[in-house]
Amino acid sequence: MTTGATASLSSAVRTSAASTAGNAQRVDPSFLPTVEALSHENIRRCYYCLKCTAGCPTAYAMDYGPAHVLKLVQLGQKDKVLQSKAIWMCVGCETCWTRCPNGIAAGHVMDALKQMALREGYAPAERRVLVLHRQFLTSIRLFGRVHELSMLALYKLLSGDLFTDLDLGARMFLRGKIPILPERIKGMSKIQQLFAKRPRGQE
Amino acid sequence: MKYSYYPGCTLHSTAIEYGWSTEAVCEALGIDLVEIEDWNCCGASSAHSLDPHLALALPTRDLMRAQAVGADIVMPCAACYGRMAAADHKMRSDSAWRKEMEAEFQTEYIGAARPRTLVDVLGNDLSPEALAAKVKRPLNGLRTVSYYGCLLIRPPDLTNRWDDPEHPVVMDRILKALGAEPVQWAHAVECCGASLALDRADVVTVLSGRIVQGANDAEADCIVCACPLCQANLDSRQKGISPKVPVLYITELMGIALDLPGRSKWFAKHLVDPRPMLRRKGLE
Repeated sequence: MTTGATASLSSAVRTSAASTAGNAQRVDPSFLPTVEALSHENIRRCYYCLKCTAGCPTAYAMDYGPAHVLKLVQLGQKDKVLQSKAIWMCVGCETCWTRCPNGIAAGHVMDALKQMALREGYAPAERRVLVLHRQFLTSIRLFGRVHELSMLALYKLLSGDLFTDLDLGARMFLRGKIPILPERIKGMSKIQQLFAKRPRGQE
Repeated sequence: MKYSYYPGCTLHSTAIEYGWSTEAVCEALGIDLVEIEDWNCCGASSAHSLDPHLALALPTRDLMRAQAVGADIVMPCAACYGRMAAADHKMRSDSAWRKEMEAEFQTEYIGAARPRTLVDVLGNDLSPEALAAKVKRPLNGLRTVSYYGCLLIRPPDLTNRWDDPEHPVVMDRILKALGAEPVQWAHAVECCGASLALDRADVVTVLSGRIVQGANDAEADCIVCACPLCQANLDSRQKGISPKVPVLYITELMGIALDLPGRSKWFAKHLVDPRPMLRRKGLE
């Protein structure tokens, strides 16, 4: 789609938003092309058949289903999308990509949106999901492999979710499924170099 | 048959019984697994959620190291497989990225080895007849439901369709060769809730609960899976479901059928103990 087409789409949205009193949303015409570039997905091919939403296992716990998120991106509704629960509730199961008649991997769009939300300082609507992902990556940065015990301890402390599933953790521990000591790989300097190359806002 | 072997983090921890049974079964079947030296974590869901560079560079280090073995790379974990397949696809399809990674790791990417998941190797490289010929204790009368979940078979763009993404059949074929009775059910490719295991356990309880209930509706004796996170979610979120359903790795059932030693140690790791059911079936 050309820039002209994007502009005319944005103006159509502005008109429709203006006609809905009290529901006007800021339209960002650069949002769609930016998200397409970051996700490597052709979002404007979505014609809203809703197969992705129908098959999405976590759609019931989202504020907008995956198809709705793609539509909001098409319409430049940046704030709504980056503040949504939906982007954090996607588990990357790839059902949407498998079934999309236009070959859009909506999960890759969700990932690009998470990263954009963090970079631009939007508070994550599902904070604990972010805390867990960060602790998982911390474990890799420290050891090269995941060490569940320290990762879970840090997650508990930083998420404030101290008491949920302590019984489950204890049962796993007693069965010897949560090793006390981490496995640290020899090639840590390369792992640390890879982490050091991360763009700002993702650390 | 020789393969390069990537166990992944969970096969040394929460899924240690999957690691033990994988190694025992492969040895018994003459499948030579050569572990990738000093492998690192693939990054799993967390890397691709937060960092597109790490999400590909972490598994690429493993792909590069696997080249020393010179054979297809086998990974039992579905999530590791998904990340390795994504990294391999990127290396094959984006020459600028491949050059960047070759410079990063000071290694040329030949691409002769393909990331494969263990069920693909056990079900497609090994004929059902060859497997059946090794069975010492057929799993007669054991009603199973095969559970694939997500990344073992999705997205088909990355899996090379080693099995059908909507109606997979390879696990059933293996189970039939072992003498079991795989039954139809509606949840083979549903998601267990995956990485929301801890931060949104309520969601996992709903999704995994439906799958376990589906196994009961099909009157299955156990769920058969091939992913550590699927197993952990299905095994741990059965509160309020009756009867509770054991969730076994496919390699554990192969271990019974091949009559491999030491398997009671595997079953002791489960939260829903499979031993009473196996005893009832004369298969402990």
